[in-house]
Amino acid sequence: MTIENWSCPMPLRDHPSIVMGHGGGGQLSAELIEHLFVPAFGDGELAELADAAVLDPGGLISFSTDTFVVRPRFFPGGNIGELAVNGTVNDVAMRGALPRYLSVGLILEEGLPLAELGVIVESMAAAAAHAGVTIVTGDTKVVDRGHGDGIFINTTGIGILREGADIRPQRAEPGDVIIVSGNVGDHGMAIMSVREGLEFEASIVSDTAALNHMINDVLDTGTDVHVLRDPTRGGLAASLNEIATAADVGVLIEERAIPVDRTVAAACEILGMDPMYVANEGKVVAFVPAADADRVLDTMRSHREGVNATVIGEVTSTHRGMVAARTPLGSTRVVDMQVGEQLPRIC
Amino acid sequence: MCLGIPGKVIEITGEGVTRTGRVDFDGIVKEVNLAYVPDISIGDYTIVHVGFAITQLDEEAALETLAHLQELEAVEVELDPDAALAAEEAAAKGEE
Amino acid sequence: MKYLDEFRDPDLALRLIDDISRIATRRHVLMEVCGGQTHSIIRNGIDRLLPDEIEMVHGPGCPVCVTPLETIDKALAIASREGVIFCSFGDMLRVPGSGRDLFSVKSAGGDVRIVYSPLDAVKIARDNPDREVVFFGIGFETTAPANAMAVYQAKQEGLTNFSMLVSHVLVPPAMRAILDAPTNRVEAFLAAGHVCSVMGYEEYDPIAEQYGTPIVVTGFEPLDLLQGIKSAVLQLEEGRAEVENAYQRAVNRVGNVPAQEMVNDVFTTIDRNWRGIGMIPQSGWALADEYRSFDAAERFTVTDIDTVESPLCHAGEVLRGTLKPDECPAFGKECTPRTPLGATMVSAEGACAAYYLYGRFQELEATS
Repeated sequence: MTIENWSCPMPLRDHPSIVMGHGGGGQLSAELIEHLFVPAFGDGELAELADAAVLDPGGLISFSTDTFVVRPRFFPGGNIGELAVNGTVNDVAMRGALPRYLSVGLILEEGLPLAELGVIVESMAAAAAHAGVTIVTGDTKVVDRGHGDGIFINTTGIGILREGADIRPQRAEPGDVIIVSGNVGDHGMAIMSVREGLEFEASIVSDTAALNHMINDVLDTGTDVHVLRDPTRGGLAASLNEIATAADVGVLIEERAIPVDRTVAAACEILGMDPMYVANEGKVVAFVPAADADRVLDTMRSHREGVNATVIGEVTSTHRGMVAARTPLGSTRVVDMQVGEQLPRIC
Repeated sequence: MCLGIPGKVIEITGEGVTRTGRVDFDGIVKEVNLAYVPDISIGDYTIVHVGFAITQLDEEAALETLAHLQELEAVEVELDPDAALAAEEAAAKGEE
Repeated sequence: MKYLDEFRDPDLALRLIDDISRIATRRHVLMEVCGGQTHSIIRNGIDRLLPDEIEMVHGPGCPVCVTPLETIDKALAIASREGVIFCSFGDMLRVPGSGRDLFSVKSAGGDVRIVYSPLDAVKIARDNPDREVVFFGIGFETTAPANAMAVYQAKQEGLTNFSMLVSHVLVPPAMRAILDAPTNRVEAFLAAGHVCSVMGYEEYDPIAEQYGTPIVVTGFEPLDLLQGIKSAVLQLEEGRAEVENAYQRAVNRVGNVPAQEMVNDVFTTIDRNWRGIGMIPQSGWALADEYRSFDAAERFTVTDIDTVESPLCHAGEVLRGTLKPDECPAFGKECTPRTPLGATMVSAEGACAAYYLYGRFQELEATS
C-alpha cells in the first residue's frame, strides 16, 4: 500500500490535507467518519456512530491501552497504523486472552496529507482483520500545525480471557525455560535505518505482527505458560529485567542463543548498539515449564511469526532480581536495565 | 572514541576530500568518506569510524594473526610447556 | 561480520587466557586507554576471566568521561539557544553538566539531534540555511580527522551557519600524566588501536623509554585484547619496556598521513582541562586561526555559566586508576547509574557504572 496509489473517496478530495475542521465535530468530521473510518473499519458497532459501543464479552476480560508516536510514521515494513493495532492486540494476548475489540483515538496535526491518513487507516483495517479484531469506537482530534507530529494514535483493546489462564510476570519460577519467538532487533533497527542522521541502505524491515493466533495455539497445547511478554521498547533486556524484578527470580541467558538477523547484527555493530536493547514489535518472550519447552517451540515454529523460535535461557534462584548473560567466552555479564533509550555511540 | 567497523568497499565516486564510497557491512550499505584512504580500491576492506574510512584493513596481516593464533592452539603444550612458549615468543618477535 | 567474528573465537580466546595464566608469575597492573576497549572487556567478561595476577585499570579513554565540565556547560547553553540545531554523537546526550544534560535541554525545547557522522551535521546546516547548526566535536585522535573534514568542507562551501564546539583530547599526554602521578600503579598500557590507525605509534617510543613502561597497540575484539594483554604481561615478566603492535591489520608505525595532514591544518595543539584530572599541557586540539570563525565557543559568547562539579565526585581519581569506584564514599549512595554525579557513572563503560553493576551481581550470587 503506497501513498501514491491511494485513491481518495469523494468528498474528501476537496481537502488534500487535514484542517482544524476535521476535528471540530461538524460536517468535516462527519465526512471523515463516513467516508474514511467506517468504510475502513467496517459495519457493526462503529457504523452506529453512537457515543459508545455496547459489548457483551461473555467472561473475564483482558484490557490494555497503548499510544503510538513513532517517527517516521512510514518505515520499512509498515507504518504507525498497523503498529498501533498489532501492539495492543499483542498486549491483550499476552495475558492469555483472545483479543476482540479495539478503540482508536487519533490526534492529527493540521496539514497531515489526507493520502497518508488514508493509507494508515487502511493499514489498520487490514491489521485488524488479520488479527480478527473489530474496531468498535473511536475519536479524532486535530491540533494546530506544529503542535503534533503528524499523527498520534491511541488504541485500547479488550480480549476475552481463556478459561483458567493465569499468565503474569510474577509466575516466573526457577526451572522455567525462556523462549523467544524469533529474531530480535528488527523493528528498532528498521526505524534507525530511516532516521535522519543515522540512515543506511538496508533490507531491515520492521517485524510488526499480531501474535494472538500463535499464542492461542501455544495455549491450546495445554502448556501452563507462566509468563508472556512482548519485548517492545527497551528490547529483550527490559522485558527480562521487569520479569526478574516482578517475580524476584534470577534470569540467565545464553548470549549465543539469542537469534539475531545477520544484517540487523551488522547495523547494531556500526551504531555501537546491543541487539538485546533494541525494540521488537512482532516477538514474544515466553517463560514455560521445562517439560513443555519442546512443544511450545514446535507450535511457534509452525507459524510464520515464530519460525526462528528458540530457547535462550532459564530462570534461576541465584542473583534474584537480576538478569545475567553467559558470553561466548563462558564468562557472565550483567544485563542491566537501560536508564533511558539506548543511543548510538562512537566510543 | 574508537568504534571502528570493517566493511568492504563496493563503489567509489569523486576524488580528493569528497571522495566517497559505498561500503558494505554484511548487507548494510553506508555512504563513507574515503578521503583518507586515497589508495583504496573496490573490493578492499576498510575500517570505518563515524562515516570515515580511517585505514585500509590489511587482509594479509589479519589472516597471519589468525593463523598464528590457531597454530598456538595446535601446539602440544602438555609435553613441554616451556619450549612451546619460547617458540611462540620467537615467532612473535620475528613478525615485528 | 568478516574481520570481526574471527577475532571473537571463544576457543582461541580461552587459549590466550590460558597462556596469560601461565606467563604471569606475579601481580601486574595494566591500563587500557580506550573506552571502546573497556566496553569490550566488560561486555565479554574478559576481566573476570583473567587470572587474579592481572588487574585491569580502566583508563580515561572516553571523551564522555573527560570532556571538561565547562565545555559541557557551554554545550548546554548553546543548545538551549533559540533557533540553534545542536548536533551530537549519542554518547554525549546523558553526560551531566552542572545540574542538567542535553536530554533535559531537549525536553525543555532545545533542538538537539543525534548524528552518526559530523558530515551529517554539515548536511543539516546546508538544508537549514536560516538556522545556526552547531556540532559537538568531541573525541580522541580517532575522531579528529572526521571533525576536521567537517569544518574544512564547511569552509570550502562557505557555510556561515555551521560551527563546531571542539573538545579534542590526546592520548600520549594523558599517558604521561597518569605515569607522572605519585600514586600511579599502572605498569603497562594497552594503547588505543584506532587512535593509532590515525596517528601511528612512533610517539609512544619516548614514553616507553622514559618511564620503562611497555606499550602495546591493541584492538577491540576479544582476541585482540587478549593478545595485547599477553604481550604486555610477557614484557613485564621479561623486564622489557617496548612499543609493540598487536593490531597489525589496522595499524602501522606511521599511521594515516592524509588524515594527519588534515588534522594539522584544521587544528592546533593547546593545553586542555580533563574533567576529573585537571590541566594537562598540550593535550588537546582546538581550531587553528584560519578556522576560528567556525568555533562555536567564540560564535556564541556564553556567559553566566556556573560551573559546579559535585564535591562528592571522585571521578578523576577513578580515571587515573588511583581510586577504585567502590572506595568512593558516594558510590552506590548519592551516586548511582540513575542519579550519576560524574561521567564515570553515566557512561556505559565508565568504571563506576561497571563496578556498580557487577558489585550488585556478585553480592546476590553470594547470598543465594
